[in-house]
Amino acid sequence: MIRVRALRKRFDVHERSPGVAAAFRSLFRRRTRPVLAVDGIDLDIAPGERVGFLGPNGAGKTTTLKILSGLLHPTSGEVHVDGHEPRRREDAFLKKIMLVLGQKQQLLWDLPASETFELNRAVYDVPRAEYEATLRELYDLLELRELVNKPARTLSLGERMKCELAAALIHRPCVLFLDEPTIGLDVTTQATVRDFVKRYNERSGATLILTSHDMGDVEQLCPRVVLIDHGKLVYDGALDRLVARTRPDKRIVLRFARPVDARDLAHLGSLVQHDAGQSVLQVHKDAVNAVVGHALAQLPVSDLLVESAPLEEVMSELFKRGRSGPGDRPGADMSDEAGEASR
Amino acid sequence: MSLRNTARAWPTLLRVGFAEAVAYRAEMFIWVLATTMPLVMLALWSTVAREAPIGRYGETEFTAYFLATFVVRQLTGSWVFYDMNFAVRNGTLAMRLLRPVHPLWTYAAEALAAMPLRLVVSLPVAIIALVVVGSRGITHDPVLWGMWGASVIGAWLITLLVNLLIGCASFYIESSLKLMDAWLVFFFVLSGYIIPIDLFPAGLRAIVAWLPFRFQIGFPVEVMTGAHDRAGALALLGGQWLWVLAGFVATALAWRGGLRRFAAYGG
Repeated sequence: MIRVRALRKRFDVHERSPGVAAAFRSLFRRRTRPVLAVDGIDLDIAPGERVGFLGPNGAGKTTTLKILSGLLHPTSGEVHVDGHEPRRREDAFLKKIMLVLGQKQQLLWDLPASETFELNRAVYDVPRAEYEATLRELYDLLELRELVNKPARTLSLGERMKCELAAALIHRPCVLFLDEPTIGLDVTTQATVRDFVKRYNERSGATLILTSHDMGDVEQLCPRVVLIDHGKLVYDGALDRLVARTRPDKRIVLRFARPVDARDLAHLGSLVQHDAGQSVLQVHKDAVNAVVGHALAQLPVSDLLVESAPLEEVMSELFKRGRSGPGDRPGADMSDEAGEASR
Repeated sequence: MSLRNTARAWPTLLRVGFAEAVAYRAEMFIWVLATTMPLVMLALWSTVAREAPIGRYGETEFTAYFLATFVVRQLTGSWVFYDMNFAVRNGTLAMRLLRPVHPLWTYAAEALAAMPLRLVVSLPVAIIALVVVGSRGITHDPVLWGMWGASVIGAWLITLLVNLLIGCASFYIESSLKLMDAWLVFFFVLSGYIIPIDLFPAGLRAIVAWLPFRFQIGFPVEVMTGAHDRAGALALLGGQWLWVLAGFVATALAWRGGLRRFAAYGG
């Protein structure tokens, strides 16, 4: 469905020092700095896949999405989406895709969302009967009936995002690009949006590519993740493998029937959290069985849970590695895997 | 972008554009009131002409000229450059680029959709003009009225294309607001908006004949007020539509080159 080879995108960014003198100088001489936002990415995505693009701010995720959706022209490289070259922006291509930008809106600001839906029906040439069936489905799934006749500007952020998603799906795109779709939403609306997006993918078989800093989005929606840093693809594979490689340690959550002293736990592993009724130990994955056996035998354990480190922590560690120097980039030890996955 | 797709979506684009114009109706009426410069010039020049005619303009001719100017300005005005400049700078143009309709067509539809509200303002003025100046100051030739219609369409297109072209300049110079300010200075002086062009000194008149400004206002007003015979009006109409053609080509080139530079900033 999506094939990317040696993709590069360079921006020439205007730079100026602060102060009046610098402002005056910039009138006559503009200093620009080339920034390589995407630096040689290779990628293949099959129809119906759900893929998460991960990376710190400025890594090149959104730039890649914008190139894939035809908004930006690549500096060099090859991009094909369902057989189309996105930069050509042919009608047939635009009718197959949609990009939802969490921080931008396509809803007409002063008009009810229903007007945007009707506009999209016309521009995407959706037959009336199909349009009405789609709307009924979207109204039910996203609980939109009460919202669609209010001017978009009067909707809350969560209500607006639900309407944005509906507007994006009027023409039933077979490739859906989502850039930070849950940014700023409350927990309930986040769950609604994630559930809806997943259902859309499962029912329509649409390919879904998502960028998000909310690891909940990635965990729940994307079996496959692509890690981008400094414009380069540094990992491409299953999310759980990324977690296992970055943080091979496991966490054992122990709940006790009666208070336990921290000193009785210290020899079992690294104590991440401890209070009277519950403790969290971090241990190497190979030591899990031994530690669990020991805890059950020697401590008043009433409940026990073994889990991986939270994804937020894993990502934070990966990104910190990236910032610490070019020789220690996130996923640097995974470059073979990235190459394997993209082939 | 196929024209067939655009044509199919055009009625909806116009309807939604009209709904947006109505949503801003208070602002729209205030804006219309702010474009009453021709009425101010009417009062000024009529007072001056009371003593003695200036050129071919007596009090009645000035009244007819500036009321016609007001009507033509209402029918041909466009400010889409402002939206376009904003959309390029903050990246919201991206949302238009994602739709399978050329964004320039959507801007054109929005400009055209505001027309009914403008007609609400300009029609009464046209009727008042007819009552006040009688039929003396306005042409009686149906062929010239036909040409007037074509000249108003040409004037609207030139104004729209200038707006789109200056909007496209935002791709290259980041903000094109000042460029429009500069254009408007020349437009107000050289289009016949505040002084009829045939009152310009001969040298300046010769220069203005080669520029597009006159075709935005002065020419349709001159046709309406009977300043040209059929042959003269037809020649000028040809000149006006050459400017329309030049505007199409320049805008298409600026758009194509600009898109390659579009950075889709933000989110």
